[in-house]
Amino acid sequence: MKALTHLPVETTHQLRVFWRTKISAFFTVGFPMLFFLIFNLLQGNEVIEGSGLRFAQFFTPSIAVFAMVTAGYTNIAIGVSIDRDEGILKRVRATPISPAAYMAGRVLASVAIGFISVALMTVIGVLFFEVSVLWDRLPTAILVLLLGAASFAALGVAVAGAAPNAQAAPVVANVTILPLLFISGIFFPLSGGPRWLELLAGALPLKPLTDAFRAQWDPTVGAVFPLRECGILIVWLLIGLAVSTRTFTWDPRPGGKSRGRSDAE
Amino acid sequence: MTAVSVQGLERSFGTVRAVAGIDFEVERGEIFAILGPNGAGKTTTVEILEGYLEPDGGTVRVLGHNPSTAGAAYRDRIGIVLQSSGIERELTPFEALRHLCRLYSDPADPHHLLAMVGLEHKAHERIKTLSGGQRRRLDLAGALAGRPELVFLDEPTTGFDPAARRDAWSIVRRLRDGGTTVILTTHYLDEAQALADRVAVMSQGVIVAIGDPDTLGGRHRASVRIRYRPVPGLSVADLASESSTRNGLVEIETDRPTEVLARLTGEAHRMGVELEALEVTRPSLEDVYLSLVEGGTP
Repeated sequence: MKALTHLPVETTHQLRVFWRTKISAFFTVGFPMLFFLIFNLLQGNEVIEGSGLRFAQFFTPSIAVFAMVTAGYTNIAIGVSIDRDEGILKRVRATPISPAAYMAGRVLASVAIGFISVALMTVIGVLFFEVSVLWDRLPTAILVLLLGAASFAALGVAVAGAAPNAQAAPVVANVTILPLLFISGIFFPLSGGPRWLELLAGALPLKPLTDAFRAQWDPTVGAVFPLRECGILIVWLLIGLAVSTRTFTWDPRPGGKSRGRSDAE
Repeated sequence: MTAVSVQGLERSFGTVRAVAGIDFEVERGEIFAILGPNGAGKTTTVEILEGYLEPDGGTVRVLGHNPSTAGAAYRDRIGIVLQSSGIERELTPFEALRHLCRLYSDPADPHHLLAMVGLEHKAHERIKTLSGGQRRRLDLAGALAGRPELVFLDEPTTGFDPAARRDAWSIVRRLRDGGTTVILTTHYLDEAQALADRVAVMSQGVIVAIGDPDTLGGRHRASVRIRYRPVPGLSVADLASESSTRNGLVEIETDRPTEVLARLTGEAHRMGVELEALEVTRPSLEDVYLSLVEGGTP
């Protein structure tokens, strides 16, 4: 069956396109890496008060989540809407690849890119910032990250579908993700915020992902499987899938910087 | 064998009836052109055949499939050049074609495709460095990635210079000679005339004429126009009505050209004068086309 080869073929293709497009490669991989290095260098790796963790041990998994979300959510939301407005998706529709295999290929490529970022940060963290890997929790860490990547990728496709055109997609993606990054405790531990904000953040997907992933790097807490957080991520995955299957289109949108179009000619 | 069969096809966008009930069939191995001005319904028609748009009414069969419900198995057998479409500009033509070829069950060889459209020398340069015409040839190569039985070309040569158009035409003819069915839309008359085995002329959502480009709209039976510079004492007014043109020529429209010409040339010869600026023409395809799309009769 030819269709079985479509997924690996599309994934490889998307990876090739990604690395070839310097600007998106920089924003997706280089930008989180820059944050990772700057914060770790500036903070001097002191023990954080009240947690007993060194800064890098706290910060490395946080920024790793940021890298994964950038690859899975922002990159997909922007990339898919640009490709739609340029008529690339319409061209894909002319080939025998199924919509599911095509989107899965894109998502897999993004997840692979996210994992490359995370792996790089982990290696640098271990070598230069005294980060220690809790090996027995690594499988759970990978599982949580995969689930988070899947949820955010589905939400990214949903944003691409909901965005009226490729100019709007980066705005929507950034306006949704930036506040989330702050209220989810990615850059510094949350404490002292209003209760309602904490509850809100806990119901949105980024804080559960961050908490669940970071717990796999925290030797001061016990190894408990983050069931509740994974449940919330699964709910967001389903929401993302439901919205994206309703809003997604292959055709360029009117008002986009459309080179492709379909009209009454 | 019939490749395409369309009956009573209709499609509206809002209140605009883009396609208002059309019928036609396309035989296998034929080049079928849909000719018409912008907004005539050409692209809507082919996008329904390609499976991009759903018809509001009528039946469509393409290679035995209903395009709006057909899936991968249908798209594995067809090739599409959209009126405009996107491609990953950071890749090279070779990489883009190799990827497309990998999606089909009977793929072409990307090197062969590049040679076919004359882009071998650009094989390993970024697509973003290609000219508009080169991009369009790459689109054509991409449509052939799956060795299609049927190729749709939506205004494939718009924006080409005359030499590039002739090259594209020879590619299309080679496809047909290899047994591929070709459906193309165009608003160029000469393109339809040079390429198509049959032409459907569309105007305002309907087919106003269909047939061989040489006999389209009864062109082969239409009256003949004879013009010449007037000669004192020479007249065939008893055979056909004469009128005079803006630049002072006599113009005769007749269904009996043989008789009129025999009289004219016989008399002129007898009088020992030359019939200057003598011209005998049938309405050009353009005349027929213009009268068709303007709603008159040729």
